[in-house]
Amino acid sequence: MNTEAIAVGLPRALPGADAEAELVAARRPFFKALGKWVRDQPLGAVSGIMVIFLILVAVFAPQIAPFDPVEAHYDAMMTAPNAEYWLGTDQFGRDVLSRIIWGARTALFIGFTAAILGGTLGLVLGVASAYFSGWFDLIFQRVMDVFLAFPLIIMALVAVAVFGTGPDKVIIAIILPFVPRCARVVRAGALAIREMPYVDAARALGYGHLRIIMRHMVPNCMAVYLIMLTTFLGQAILIEAALSYLGLGVQEPTAAWGLMLQGGAEEYAESAIWIAIFPGLAITLAVFAFNLLGDALRDTLDPKLRAR
Amino acid sequence: MKSIRRKAVCTALAAIAFGISAAGSAGAQTPKRGGILEFVVPDEPPSYDGHREGTFALIHPVGPFYSLLIRINPDNPSSLTDIVCDVCVGKVPAPTDDNTTYTFKIRGDVKFHTGEKLTAQDVVATYKKIIWPPEGVRSQRRQMYSMVESVNAPDDSTVVFKLKFASNAFIPALASPFNWIYQKSVLDKDMHWYEKNINGSGPFIFKEREAGAFMRGERNPDYHHKGLPYLDGFKAIFAKKESLRVQAIRGDRAAIEFRGFPPAARDDLVKALGKEITVQESVWNCGISFVPNHKRKPFDDVRVRRALTLAVDRWGGSKYLSKIALVKTVGGITYPGHALSPTNEEMQQIAGWWPDIKKSRAEARRLLKESGADLSKEYKFLVRGVDQPYKIVATWLVDQWKQVGINFKQETHPTGPYLNILRQTKEFDVSTDASCNYVVNPLVDVTKYLSADRSSIQYGQFIDRDVDAAYDKMIRLTDVKEQRKLMLDITKLTLDTHANQFSILWWHRIVPHRSYVKGWKISPSHHMNQHLDNVWLDK
Repeated sequence: MNTEAIAVGLPRALPGADAEAELVAARRPFFKALGKWVRDQPLGAVSGIMVIFLILVAVFAPQIAPFDPVEAHYDAMMTAPNAEYWLGTDQFGRDVLSRIIWGARTALFIGFTAAILGGTLGLVLGVASAYFSGWFDLIFQRVMDVFLAFPLIIMALVAVAVFGTGPDKVIIAIILPFVPRCARVVRAGALAIREMPYVDAARALGYGHLRIIMRHMVPNCMAVYLIMLTTFLGQAILIEAALSYLGLGVQEPTAAWGLMLQGGAEEYAESAIWIAIFPGLAITLAVFAFNLLGDALRDTLDPKLRAR
Repeated sequence: MKSIRRKAVCTALAAIAFGISAAGSAGAQTPKRGGILEFVVPDEPPSYDGHREGTFALIHPVGPFYSLLIRINPDNPSSLTDIVCDVCVGKVPAPTDDNTTYTFKIRGDVKFHTGEKLTAQDVVATYKKIIWPPEGVRSQRRQMYSMVESVNAPDDSTVVFKLKFASNAFIPALASPFNWIYQKSVLDKDMHWYEKNINGSGPFIFKEREAGAFMRGERNPDYHHKGLPYLDGFKAIFAKKESLRVQAIRGDRAAIEFRGFPPAARDDLVKALGKEITVQESVWNCGISFVPNHKRKPFDDVRVRRALTLAVDRWGGSKYLSKIALVKTVGGITYPGHALSPTNEEMQQIAGWWPDIKKSRAEARRLLKESGADLSKEYKFLVRGVDQPYKIVATWLVDQWKQVGINFKQETHPTGPYLNILRQTKEFDVSTDASCNYVVNPLVDVTKYLSADRSSIQYGQFIDRDVDAAYDKMIRLTDVKEQRKLMLDITKLTLDTHANQFSILWWHRIVPHRSYVKGWKISPSHHMNQHLDNVWLDK
């Protein structure tokens, strides 16, 4: 088993010359490979830096934020950006910059949790569907069709209506529409992998279904999975913001970008525009960064695109 | 009685002096017939039964379909005492038999929208449902009629209310804008029919409702007040987002929102529309409060409840919150400035109203420590999903409580589910609540704070026989000084000694509307004067 190849998210057993090239590439020193990737995908590199920056901001929020994000300064309500409050204060006198920094935590926590759980569940179900095929695949795919018929945000709204509000419920609401989307894409790739000789070999050796799926098929779908994951991250951040904006996501006084937008955009769009502008900008940049990174990863990991 | 009326009139004049009404000039113009009034409503009705509900979300879109026995004068709604007949004849009758009997003559020309005649039997059936609802039928205001002994109709045009004792709280209670007259024959068949259906005798006939979007009414050509209504119809557009409602008025997709906007929205509209917008303002007979669930730990402990109120800086809140929310006046459980209400000096003796917030919070911390309440836990704070003022004040409250070390997690629900939690499941630790009254009548308004088995709108589940006893004594008195003394006792018991439920701030009503809307005048209540029969469009 080539653990090095798996560690960088490459397929283990791609056929032909492509597979050979993959293995060679994987053996290159990490920084050399990274340098080549940066040269090949400059936009991806920029987005990668943005994502890393976002993660660092979220992790070190208590150290970076100049104020407690929920602490109200009633004497400084709706103060325009100045030397003390760099991005101004909101209607409760809370520091907008501190709330954006802490809001990154909320966005990334919900985004990563929902994307990883939704994507992983979709990965396993998609591979299982392709592996078993037959009636199981037929019924499972029709169920997925039903879920896919609903736009992402509608599905999330239904879930919130059923489960209620709060970060944990929002995560469930975001996972639900992600599962069928990931399962459908992964299944397409897994159908080809199912026909590979090493899968036949595993069957011939008498391995159980679970082992074949988890050890031989799932790892070979990792490229698709990673691409889906980055796409989902951006979408999850956007859905969380949308739900919070609608008052159905996380609740006050938690620092969350969508919630900040709701409080600011509604009443103070004219008199205190900074309350809405900066969280809006944070959402835009975060989603933009994850989407660009997703594109770059797809260009790198998808053998068909790479061949071009 | 005369004394209290005189004082009430003085209060009314003071209230008017507070208000800035630009609608006064409208009376000089001749009303024009026709047109559709489009207005925005911040929430949807939880049911169609006025006797069951107490929200503007019902009365704004559905109120115009119904008539009342008596109502506040639509041409003088700022008055606290100007009550006139709607389906009764002439003036509101004076009491007889030592002020214990009221006899109303019912008009002969009132028809339900189905075409059937409205008689005294319908009025009696309506008030019996309100005052003595059968088991399983909810009546929101039954506790306001504790003085009523019987209501009868000796013939089809006469209604007689017999009281157990003389009470100057009776007529204002009778004038509740929610006491819609229902048809006896319908109630006889199904007491719940009006929860899901509409059949009134008001100025407009129900035409359609698009759930989540709008409700439409058309002019009732057989309306008993001849020549009215002026409008051909109305369209109530449901829009939960305040920004949407403001933009609807700004873009002339709606002419008015009757409930009230916060100061920022008023300023934006005035700045954008200039003379095309008219602003009416008034002190508001609505107080926002919070109520701990007395059946849940640690809020079953009076020390914890007192700590909650001691943590809240009402005087500071008035200063800051009035800039962003439609709340302003510091007060207790009764309309501030009324003859029966405590003065500011008296209020400052009550826990939570002390002028020194540092001392207040130190006491709150001491009480929490003494009670042994689990401060590591996050308690559930139920919030009504309406921006103004609930969500704004709720966020502020959570910050206030955090400062004494008790943490709350807000759980916001739309009006329907929110009320369901308060009334049915009772799954909350502390909840936002509001006491929104109509005709200013503290004797009736404080019934909310009676024991749970006597008040259908008390959600804290507390039983307080001391408050009940003081109320029973007060309601039987006619001497204002004595009543005032007992009212102060009830206030202290409720807010301080027994710490049952806590008012925070009283609301301030701001209604900016398109200047072509004429005839509508602001009142101290967003429930009153919503028949729309005297509203017209100057287009």
